[in-house]
Amino acid sequence: MSVTIYVPRDAVALGLGANKVARALFAGAESRGLDVTIVRTGSRGLFWLEPMVEVGTPEGRIAYGPVKIEDVDALLDAGLTTGGAHALRLGDPEQIPFLARQQRLTFHRCGVIDPVSVADYRAHGGYRGLEAALKLDAEGIVAQVRESGLRGRGGAGFPAGIKWNTVMLAQADQKYVVCNADEGDSGTFADRVMMEGDPFNLIEGMTIAGVATGATRGYIYLRSEYPQAFEALKEAIANGVKAGVLGENILGSGKTFHLEVRLGAGAYICGEETSLLESLEGRRGIVRAKPPIPALKGFLGKPTLVNNVMTFTAVPWILEHGAKAYADYGMGRSLGTLPIQLAGNILQGGLIEVAFGITIREVIESFGGGTRSGRPVRAVQVGGPLGAYFPDHLLDTPLDYEAMAAKKGLVGHGGIVVFDDTVDMASQARFAFEFCAAESCGKCTPCRIGATRGLETMDKVIKGIRPEANLKLVEDLCEVMTDGSLCAMGGLTPMPVMSAITHFPEDFRPAGSFPVAAE
Amino acid sequence: MPRFEPWSAPRAAGIIAEHTHLEGATLPILHALQEAFGYVDEGAVPLIADALNLSRAEVHGCITFYHDFRRERAGRHTVKLCRAEACQAQGCDALHADILKQLGTDWHGTTADGNCTVEPVYCLGLCANGPAALVDGEPVAHLTVDVLEVALTEVRQ
Repeated sequence: MSVTIYVPRDAVALGLGANKVARALFAGAESRGLDVTIVRTGSRGLFWLEPMVEVGTPEGRIAYGPVKIEDVDALLDAGLTTGGAHALRLGDPEQIPFLARQQRLTFHRCGVIDPVSVADYRAHGGYRGLEAALKLDAEGIVAQVRESGLRGRGGAGFPAGIKWNTVMLAQADQKYVVCNADEGDSGTFADRVMMEGDPFNLIEGMTIAGVATGATRGYIYLRSEYPQAFEALKEAIANGVKAGVLGENILGSGKTFHLEVRLGAGAYICGEETSLLESLEGRRGIVRAKPPIPALKGFLGKPTLVNNVMTFTAVPWILEHGAKAYADYGMGRSLGTLPIQLAGNILQGGLIEVAFGITIREVIESFGGGTRSGRPVRAVQVGGPLGAYFPDHLLDTPLDYEAMAAKKGLVGHGGIVVFDDTVDMASQARFAFEFCAAESCGKCTPCRIGATRGLETMDKVIKGIRPEANLKLVEDLCEVMTDGSLCAMGGLTPMPVMSAITHFPEDFRPAGSFPVAAE
Repeated sequence: MPRFEPWSAPRAAGIIAEHTHLEGATLPILHALQEAFGYVDEGAVPLIADALNLSRAEVHGCITFYHDFRRERAGRHTVKLCRAEACQAQGCDALHADILKQLGTDWHGTTADGNCTVEPVYCLGLCANGPAALVDGEPVAHLTVDVLEVALTEVRQ
């Protein structure tokens, strides 16, 4: 009987040689007369163990990792195909503490199934959410989303049910569902891991959204930096059309939903929903003033539901298990689970889906195991390039929209980037301005001019040119950008800048000009 | 075999025609042209403008807005190096200085032998395994000068 070996096709695994490992496993098994089938899965998100190879045994799956090409022969000789002992043997992957301690509602299939197979998706509970949705009317579906407490996972945290309701009630000959898959924040990869590992979860979530709002066409706006996700989505959509879960008469319901994936072109600002819509229409990604809101006048002027990948992919679980089951997770007004992405200088980085409310410290210490360099953690940026840098004394803040806002930070898309004590916070603050200058769409003055002036002024501070006066100027500029920018790009660039200045003032003093406090 | 076709207006017109039925066809057209020719030739601007009923200024504005679209032919291979915070936390700035010195070029530049063009990119979603790069679209994690050299040798084959 053929043994199934699972090798990830996720970009991280590929970046660490997974294709070569897969080829070597196949060739090595063949030369030993072993009958193996290799299935390419997504990643479970335990990135320090990639490429993580799994073998199907009568006792369940056994994982090995991280597997390098030079390990393959020894692994096969040690009896990998029967789950044999080896230094890289990790045992049952679901018992690895990093994974066992998570609450994987959205990511439970990731790394388990063949991502582009409809049959595999359905065998692991796929399309039960849509089936449940098809038994409800539009109001019923929207009520489930509203009662689940689901908030937009892209960063803004706007209640999803309100958006869905607005689009549902809008009258138009054509409505659209658009997925914001322009996951540009540094330190985030949840969308990528999902699209490469379980794209049908996104397709199902968007289809439910289409049925609920009466939109028959959908687009996934994907960043071009994710070529592997692009391939996985195209393959999944084509297979979905063939299997009757996309297109006309979905699952025999008489409902129609056409879905297409579109590539962005390297503009960070296109993760802002109105800029994304401009880009999708074929123009420069310039932010639109709101109102009108996209839910009423969005793509091509039609009512459009724009949600992030993580928002759509939470929906099938909610429809299958009920709004209350989802709302039982989380704290305060942040309900359900948050896919946290632990990155940067970290020993055990990866994807951690847990209920809202876990503290930053718990994520870094008990999941991450500290820094990869072995040096102490000095700063942690939460929520992408527009998120705050937190020092040690703020790491006990729970990941919750309101709790983070109270500490002048944000949850954003759930990315956590860890820096050790070699980081220079003045250059991180400088980079925030540099990034904003490079990526500003240019529509509003505070962002367009502010970023460039901020960069110049920060350079003066770093060079020691009237540092105190220039820091004051930076702070003043940050206030103008916060209050006067049209969107979050200019409005939130001050967050990393000001948090660096506030929490790490010693890095903004020219060397030797101030006495350094004794440790 | 060269990776890209030489610029040809009739061929470009053919590519454009394949996409005009799409809603918001500009970006798909620009991507397809760059895929074929390695860049978007100035000669494509009036062709796209005509096909989509846009002004040339609108097409020019669109091309120049996005970091992805090149207006000059690139090297045979493209190396995209991530410069964002998660890779900074893993020391990418010093590494990039070494790489650029070794290749003898700067950001957006092409090596003297025309082999590779180096571009900055802000996040590849490989943030727990940085520094990261994309070499001709293939991800590379835990990047070092040596790892990049191996990756470039492999794509040359």
